[in-house]
Amino acid sequence: MQYMFLIYGSEAAIAASTESEMAESVARNQAVIEKASAEGALVGVGALLSTSNATTVRLERGIALTTDGPFAETKEQLGGYYILECKDLDEAIAWAEQMPACGGGCIEIRPMMELPG
Amino acid sequence: MEQARSAVETIFRQESGRIIATLIRLTGSFDLAEEAMQDAFASALAQWPSGIPVNPGAWITAVAQRKLVDHFRRERTRLEKQPELERQRQPFFQPELATLEDTSVTVADDRLRLIFTCCHPAINPAAQVALTLRTLCGLSTAEIAHAFLVPEATMAQRLVRAKGKIQAARIPYQVPPRHQLGPRLASVQAVVYLVFNEGYSAAGGASLIRSALADEAIRLGRLLCELMPGEPENLGLLALLLLQDSRRAARTTPSGDLILLDHQDRALWNRARIDEGLATLRAALGLGPPGPYQLQAAIAALHAEAPTAAGTDWAQIAALYGELLRIVPTPVVALNRAVAVAMSNGPAAGLLLMDRLEGLESFHLFHAARADLLRRLHRTEEAAAAYRTALDLAGNAVERRFLERRLSEIGSETSKPPEAK
Repeated sequence: MQYMFLIYGSEAAIAASTESEMAESVARNQAVIEKASAEGALVGVGALLSTSNATTVRLERGIALTTDGPFAETKEQLGGYYILECKDLDEAIAWAEQMPACGGGCIEIRPMMELPG
Repeated sequence: MEQARSAVETIFRQESGRIIATLIRLTGSFDLAEEAMQDAFASALAQWPSGIPVNPGAWITAVAQRKLVDHFRRERTRLEKQPELERQRQPFFQPELATLEDTSVTVADDRLRLIFTCCHPAINPAAQVALTLRTLCGLSTAEIAHAFLVPEATMAQRLVRAKGKIQAARIPYQVPPRHQLGPRLASVQAVVYLVFNEGYSAAGGASLIRSALADEAIRLGRLLCELMPGEPENLGLLALLLLQDSRRAARTTPSGDLILLDHQDRALWNRARIDEGLATLRAALGLGPPGPYQLQAAIAALHAEAPTAAGTDWAQIAALYGELLRIVPTPVVALNRAVAVAMSNGPAAGLLLMDRLEGLESFHLFHAARADLLRRLHRTEEAAAAYRTALDLAGNAVERRFLERRLSEIGSETSKPPEAK
């Protein structure tokens, strides 16, 4: 089954982190990517630019209403994601334990719906 | 007929946890397992009047398994009649009919898997408790709702949601792998202790069903020790439950008022519970450095062994709270330590520690304990003020009555301040 790992963190804390902290975070992500890839578990991975670059589009009666900024202003923001193939939730939790949650953040694990076809 | 009915009830009480644990492993579904087990017990009610089987638990399991085989056969036939596209959408879990039909397969640790699944931290804590009581203890949804003072529909909803998540997020039916075992076992122990406290703090109308919760918690505590021998904190938890429960009959008046430890009639303490608690604690302490449950049990043991309230080894209790504070550094543990220090070194020493505590301003027992020390130091007006603060914060009617009594006792020692309500 596929699980999506949504990585949340404080953008202020990330912006304030030192170069060596950033390098460590990158290295740990790289390690997860390599391990997941070697085990055939890696379906997808991505890192997002900060929410200052976000655009939100809302459809109202078929008309797109475009605004600047993220969908919700919260202390912690979505900063990246993984999609991994896991046997069960415990295996997914074990993956999450290896991911760096940037800026003192957290990782939300969501099972993905199996789409037909 | 009557005999058969009572046999069915006894078997349900003793074996339903074990039976459902096996059925869940075989089907991968809490709902299917529950339904099959209920059907099997219904068959027992119909058939046992003409002869109770030699091994009733195995009989129920076998009948439930047959019902499940029938169910999956029907499902398979139904699916085969459907177009290809529909067939691809079938649920992920397809049990092997061969496994289901083999009645000799019973895995000793099915109940252990069930405990860990019910108490998985990915499930909402209130639902963990409900699911444990529903499956392992065989309590009905109505009984659990009544015990936790919530509407039955709310409790039913909570169970449905939890079972839905187990299925959808694939919370596995397994004893966690070694590296996850520590925190996961702590989660299981917390559920058992929560069930106990819910029963132990029972007072008033719902007290009967709620005190049954204390018994269920002890049953679960025993089960944990049986299934995971050699885990010292399981033994520590069981010892703690037994020792606390030994005071059940002595801790309330017939009208439901609270009696504090130092005023309890020690003759009402349950000797058998104390002896078993002490023996269990000894077994735990032989296994290594004590964890929080063992320390709390050791404290309860010192109370249990004291001939009178005054003859209690408070110095030792204060030292144990000091140890506990190192592992669990919470203000409430620090408060308990201060109370023990007050008992062993005098109220002034206790008050000194208490006045340094932070984060307990809105906790009524903090103000009540402080009031008690001030009263013993004859600082009556400060004591009265602290009792009033405690009274303003206390939610429970039993505790409010107790505090009002204390306040009126010191009120008679001195004139009340003029602005007193």
